[in-house]
Parts: sequence; structure tokens; C-alpha cells
Amino acid sequence: MSTGLIIIGCLILITVVAVQIGRVTELAAKIRGEEEIQFESNKRGGFLMLLFLIGFLFYCFYSAFKYKNWMLGYGPHTAASAHGTELDSMFNLTLVITGIVFLICQILLFYFAYKYRGRKGATAAFIPHDNKLEVIWTAVPAVVMCFLVIRGLVAWNDVMADIAPDEDYLEIEATGSQFLWYLRYPGPDEKLGARNFKLISGKNPLGQDWTDDKNLDDFQPDELVLPVNKKVRVRINSRDVLHSFFLPHFRVKMDAVPGMPTYFVFTPTVTTEEYRQRLKGYPEYQQPTDPKDPQSEPLWKTFNYELACAELCGTGHFSMRKLVKIVTEEEYQTWLKGQQSYYLSSIRGTEDDPRPPVPVETDSTAGKSAQDTLTSTKDTLTEVKILTK
Amino acid sequence: MANAITTVKDNEDKLITELGFDDHFHEHEHGDKYASNFFSKYIFSMDHKIIARQFLITGMIWAIIGAAMSVIFRLQLGFPEESLAWLKPLLGRWIEVDAATGVGTLSQEFYYALVTMHGTIMVFFVLTAGLSGTFSNLLIPLQLGARDMASPFLNMLSYWFFFLAGVIMFLSMFLSTGPFAGGWTAYPPLSALPQASDGSGAGMTLWLLSLVFFVVSVALGGVNYVTTVLNLRTKGMNMWRMPLTIWSFLITAIIALLSFPVLVSGFLLLMFDRAMDTSFYLSEIFIGGQALDHVGGSPILYQHLFWFLGHPEVYIVILPAMGIVSEVLSTHCRKPIFGYKAMVFSMLSIGFLSFIVWAHHMFMAGVNPFISNFFVIFTLIIAVPSAVKVFNWISTIYKSNMRYNPPSMFAVGFVSMFISGGLTGIFLGNSSIDIQMHDTYFVVAHFHIVMGVAAIFGMFAGVYHWFPKMFGRFMNDTLGKLHFWGSLIGAYAIFWPMHYLGMAGVPRRYYRFDSFDTFSHFSEMNQFITIVAILTFGLQLLFVINFFYSIWKGKKVTTKNPWGATTLEWTTPIRPGHGNWPGNLPTVQRWPYDYGKNGREFVPQIEPMAEGESEDEE
Repeated sequence: MSTGLIIIGCLILITVVAVQIGRVTELAAKIRGEEEIQFESNKRGGFLMLLFLIGFLFYCFYSAFKYKNWMLGYGPHTAASAHGTELDSMFNLTLVITGIVFLICQILLFYFAYKYRGRKGATAAFIPHDNKLEVIWTAVPAVVMCFLVIRGLVAWNDVMADIAPDEDYLEIEATGSQFLWYLRYPGPDEKLGARNFKLISGKNPLGQDWTDDKNLDDFQPDELVLPVNKKVRVRINSRDVLHSFFLPHFRVKMDAVPGMPTYFVFTPTVTTEEYRQRLKGYPEYQQPTDPKDPQSEPLWKTFNYELACAELCGTGHFSMRKLVKIVTEEEYQTWLKGQQSYYLSSIRGTEDDPRPPVPVETDSTAGKSAQDTLTSTKDTLTEVKILTK
Repeated sequence: MANAITTVKDNEDKLITELGFDDHFHEHEHGDKYASNFFSKYIFSMDHKIIARQFLITGMIWAIIGAAMSVIFRLQLGFPEESLAWLKPLLGRWIEVDAATGVGTLSQEFYYALVTMHGTIMVFFVLTAGLSGTFSNLLIPLQLGARDMASPFLNMLSYWFFFLAGVIMFLSMFLSTGPFAGGWTAYPPLSALPQASDGSGAGMTLWLLSLVFFVVSVALGGVNYVTTVLNLRTKGMNMWRMPLTIWSFLITAIIALLSFPVLVSGFLLLMFDRAMDTSFYLSEIFIGGQALDHVGGSPILYQHLFWFLGHPEVYIVILPAMGIVSEVLSTHCRKPIFGYKAMVFSMLSIGFLSFIVWAHHMFMAGVNPFISNFFVIFTLIIAVPSAVKVFNWISTIYKSNMRYNPPSMFAVGFVSMFISGGLTGIFLGNSSIDIQMHDTYFVVAHFHIVMGVAAIFGMFAGVYHWFPKMFGRFMNDTLGKLHFWGSLIGAYAIFWPMHYLGMAGVPRRYYRFDSFDTFSHFSEMNQFITIVAILTFGLQLLFVINFFYSIWKGKKVTTKNPWGATTLEWTTPIRPGHGNWPGNLPTVQRWPYDYGKNGREFVPQIEPMAEGESEDEE
């Protein structure tokens, strides 16, 4: 109550002060003549414009320099993917061109405003137009834009191209849901199994169709782990509303649309460990990870790539985090060995399993094809055998 | 000097009497039937000047509400750990107070509701209705030499539908499930399914209803503006003699008429999906523990329909500001606007192009990447007419004799903002850069500077400039200048650092940033932004005080043409009555920008060409 009164009191006070300031200047204008006051105001305003220009430009450069090493594309943050470098250079090219235009225009604007402030006895020139000048400043931006468009589109079509038929790649799947990402890897057969949203349940979060053999070895890890320098095609899906698959360090972003799978192809080029080493050289990343605890590990040591959601999907939008790890091929293989097929770990033999509990040696077609698929890795096969006995 | 003014004034009156056109208006108006009592004069008025004031004041109220919302969610972003329990008396259960510690936090649902409402209110109620509604209504008849709008009745309806839209939107904030919270773009399925978000239930129904009424308002207004501009120009006012303000309002109204209906069709399908289980936008959804029956729809269809309005909408917002700034700059620089025809053609081409660039909002939405090629090309072409406009404004200041007052200063501020914000558009319009920048704070910085702040600055320039015409008094100069400097510095201090956030990858519409390591390094910057936002918001109250104080207590206007302007609105009486001109309608003899011609400071549009004088705008 009292705070409210104080606030209201302050507001009234401010109003009164404001009104008084206003009245004083109006009275002064009456006494000293409107014109005189106007010229004085022009002079003051002109200088303030100049002052603002200087302050503004200083602020632009100062702040850019201050935050440089935090921004992706600068300092340690050069892109961690093959295509990212191209996009970063596109950004920088645009930055240089627009930066020049920005400086020229802002300087001219505020300088002219200062220089041509109304002065006693001065008159404005009558210059309604200048065709030659106008043609020039229509043509120059047009040419510059052509240049940016062409470079931009070459990069765009390059980045967005799907896998070429003969290329070697790893296909994984990310599915957005309120409010977490599900990841699915194809397993040893390197093929993702069929899905049907009608089959989704608590135990089958992605609606995998267990009658499809390709599903049997698919696994759902908690983290996005990828081998370095291997082309990855991410199939992007959504279970409910729109999400967006966003890997900031890799310059990867694509909306997840329910009912319409999208994809993004990229090649990670820097392992998590290498990225940490990069950060190590910058003072910004020597700070403790937990600002309250100076003894905690420095930022560079705890760095991790992250997967985020970049399309508003509801109240938990800000928390759809998954850890991303880029590892060497050997580490990746080791990690793969530790992953267990979701079917085998959670479905096989339960009441949700539509497949008959067939021993591996039977002749039934379904069982046989399953066996064919599964024999591709000995480990899994053994596991199936154990389970079916 | 005083003598000179009187001579000009007498001369102007004489010109209207002698050269003016007698339309027998006052013979048919037996008294002022529109303004016979308080209600018909101030509430259900059909006079365009009153309707303009209604739009302006309603727009201001919405601006305060919308900006206050941004202050609240900025508190959350800048100081996520601070207790907001003190806001509980105002926000009630949206502030969740922890019983044990007494720490109050903004509820997540309400954070998103605030963000959504802030966007909707600012874009539609403030920058569309408040800006275009105010100045189109005020200036179209006055600057064209018309008695009123073509249809005063539709004009009145236009305001009241806007009012109704506002009431419904306001009511939606008091629902137990809260107002809509899925972003101002209202993408389905989030907006279509109540299971997806609390606000997508009744809140979304009211949101849709409100905006449909709003579109009715825009359509009624737009039909009126276009008709009036095309048909009610006074004698001699051919299209190439129209002030740039009128050109901008005309183009704005045409764009609005062509694009808003598409939005309504999009909304209609969304209503069907919500209420009748159709599947225009919905397909293969599992939500709330159950798989829905919808198959075959596409959420991307909604995005196409939405952005087919949504992109032209940003030009609906910025074009009137451009027109106002051109007029204000020219008047206070005492110099013709540079390249009048180039200005018109650039506005026309911006208007045309605005219809074929909508999918640049959808580069990363899952549309075929090949289609994006065309949208990149058209989008970046818009940079050309925009650049021409900027160069022309700068050249208008060149060799001028600029009078420093709040309107001219806000006009300069507008150009600065338009440069800064326009250039970042070149990044975002290029799809390859948009891969990284899309839906990050870079976008937030871009559109707030180029469309939010710039348009608001244009609006301020217009209010300070035409306040004497609206209320017969001046707004206070000193307070206006204080307001300008505070707003210019404040706006840059708030939005400039957001570019860096975006370049660091921080996505927009995040309730807090510490759930990700990558986004959590900027708490200092976020605090800075929040503090400046609060200060700048406080400063806007200075404008409000100045505005209302000046209506009743401001310095009185003593001459008809206080700015020494050439256009027709300054030939009306100081407080124009119904019909605007007491006697004959003025006739127009020349283009509107004869400033500093042949050694004369300005030559009004009603003054005939001197012998041997030629029209110079060719």
C-alpha cells in the first residue's frame, strides 16, 4: 500500500517537474523572441547530433570488440561443420558491405543534420532532384545486391542439397515433442524403421512399427553422439507441434513439422575435445563455470555442443536441451557397442511386442527376415537368442 | 517578420476566396448535424479529425499496455533470480510465490502470454491502427482538400470495430486459462490444440475473434482511404501534386486491402480446425497422451497464408512512417524533398514487392529449398528502393536550413533507425545466412529497430508536427527534445546488443537462458537491456504527460500556418470545423514541396504559378 502511494507520489512529482521545465522554456521564448530561441536550439541540437554520432559509432565498435569472442563465427567459434564455414564467410561478407553503407549513411545523416542546422541569415538550397545521382544510387545497390544474392544462393543450394545417390553417410532421426527431443539411430542395418503416429504410446514414444524388421536394431540414445568428419543426414520430425532442430555451433537449423519429415545434411568437423582446446586460448573461457564458485572448472573445460529448439512450441520451449558430442571414429564405435536396441531392451517379449516369440531358427518368413537383419552383427544375434530361449 | 506573416496569411485567405472552388457544401449542411450533441461529436463522431484523435489516443493506450508488458518480461529475462512477488497485486496468480522462500517468479505460461500479447498489440493495435489509422484519417481529407472521408459512416465503423477488437483482446487477458500464448504469428498446431498450451483454448478463440474484427476495421478504413484519395482530391490536386504522406497512405491502404483478407481466410481455416475437426493444418499429431485423427493437413499452409499478410504488414507499418518523415523533414529543412518521383516510385515498388517475398519468413520452415531461391532474389531487391529512400532523405537534409524541433529530430532518428534496421535485413533476407540467424535475437533486434522503433519514431514525428492542427496548441518543445534524445539513445541501447545475442546463437522466445550453457553467458547484457528498457519506458510517460498537458494547457497556435508549410491542411482555420474549410475549397496550383524556391522561403500549394515559373519536380 505504502509503496503504491510512494510510486504515485513520485509520478505526480515527475509530472509537475516536467510541466515546470516545459513552462520555463516557453516563458523564456516569449521574453527573448521565438526566432532567437530557435536558432539557439538549432545550434545545441546540431552539436548534440554530432556528439551522438561519435558516441554511437564508438559504442558500435567497442561493443562488437567486447563480445567478439562470444559470437559464433568469431574468435574460437569458427564453424564446427563443413558447410558452416561457407555460411560464416557469407555473413562476414555481408557484414563488410552493410558495415560500409552503415558508416557512410549514419555519418552523412548526422553530419548533415549538424552542418545544415538552421542559422541566422542562412537559406536552404532549392534542389528538388538530380537524375544522374539518383540513377547512380539506384544502380550501385542493385549491383551489390546481385553479388550478394548470387553468392548467397550458391551457398544455400549447396548447403540444402540432399545426399547424392552414391554418397556414404549416416542417417539419424530427431523427433521434437513437448518438451524434449527424441533421438533415434538406425543400428547395425543402417536403416531407420517405419513409424506410425497411431502406434505412439508411453512405451513406444516414436510409434515405431515393430513388425518392420528395420526397427529391431534402432536405438534411442540420450545424447547426440556423432563421429567427426562423417556426413550426417538428420531426419527431422515432430510428434505434436512445430519445433526447430537447432545446432548453433554447426550452423544447422530446420523446423520439425508434424506430418511432414524434413531433413538437414551436415558434416561435423571438430570434435568436442578439439573445440575445448580452441576455447582454452581465450581469456573469456578461463572464468569458472559456476560464477559463484571460483574453484569450479574453467568454462572451456566444461564446454559442450548443444541441441536446442528454435521454434516456439509452448511453455517448455526454452528447456529442450540435448547434449551433443562429436567424437573420433574409434570413440564412436566404442559408444555404438554400448548402445542397446530399444526393441530388445524395452519391447521384446512384453505385451507390446506384436511379433510372435519365435526362436531364431524357425522358418516363418517374418522371423527369418528378422534373423537375416540381425545376423549382421553377432552381438545382437546372441542377444536375440538369449532372449528367445 | 510579423508583417510578412500577416501578408502571407491575408494572401492565403484571398487565394482561397478567389481561386477556391465552391462545392456548395455549407449550403447543404444545415448546422452541424454530425456534432449536435456530446455523443455524436466526441464518441460516435463521423468527423475524420475526431476519428483520427480516437485512433491516436486508443493507440497510445495500447502502446502503454504493450510496452508495459515488455517491461515485465524483460524483468524476467534480465533478473531471472530476483523475486517478482511485488508484482503479485497487479498480476495475481501469474506470479507464482514460493511458500517457503517468499520468492515470486513469473509463470512460464504467462511469460509466453506476455510475449504474444506484446507482439499482437504492438503490431496490430499500435503500429497499424494507431499509426496509419490516425494519420490517414487526419491528413487524407485535409491535405487533399476534401470536406471529409468518402464515407464518414464507414470511417466511424472502422474505429468502433477496432475498439471492439481491443475490448475482446483485453478481455482475453482475464480468462482463467490466460490469453493466447503461442507467439503473435499463432502457428498451428500450437495455436490449434488446447492440449498444446493453456492459452490455445478460450484465449486463442478470443484472439482470433479480436483480430477478425480488427481486419474488418482495417478493410473499412482502407476502402475509405483509397476511395477518398482517388475521388475527393480538390481541383488541381493531380496525383503528382499529392504530398508524400498521401502517397504512403494510399499505398498502405491498397496493400492492407489486398493482404488482410488472406489472413482472415487463414484464420477461418484455423477456426475450422479448432472447432470442427477439419485437418487443414493438422496431421499425424500425438498430444496429451493420445493420437489425434487429423491426417493430411500441413502447418506450413497456415504459414503461407499468415505471411502473405504478415510481410506486407511490415510495410503497412513502415510506409505511413516514411510518408510522414518525408513531409516533416522537407517542411522543417525548408527544402523540397529530394527526388519526389523517385520517392513515389520506390514506395510503389516496395508495395508491389511486399507481396512476393513472404516466404523469407519460412526459409527454415521445411518448405522446398528450391522455392527459397526466388524469395531471396525478390527480398534483396527491396533493398534497392529502400536505399533510394534513405539517400533521398539524407540529400533532403543536405544544404538545408534545418529547424530543430521534436518533429524534425524524430524524423532524423527515424532515418537512422531505418538505416540500422534495414541493413540487418540484408543478412536475414539471404537464406544462407538465415539458416543460422533465423529465430534468434538477431531477428528480434532487426525488426524492432526497423519496424518497431522506426515506425514509432515516424509516429512521434507526426504527432509533434500535426499536434497544432489536431488541438490548436503546440506540444512542449523542451520536453519533446528530452523525449527524443532519451528515446534515441534508449532504443539503440536496448536493441543494438541483441544483435550480439543473436550472433551468439541465442534463440528468441526463451523464458530463461540458463538451461543451455551456450546461451547463458550474457546475463550482464540482459540486465543492461532490462534496465534501459525500464528507463526508456518511463521516458515515454514524459510524452504522454506532454501530450495531455498540451491538449489543454499547451502554447496556443496563433497563426494558421505555424511551421510555414506548403500543404493544404495549414490553410484551414486553426481549429477547423466540420467540412474543414469555412468557405470555398482551396484549389491546388503546384506541387507540395516548393520550399526555398526563387528566394522565397515557401510557396503554398494554393498559390498560382508566377509568370515564367515552371514546375520543378519533373
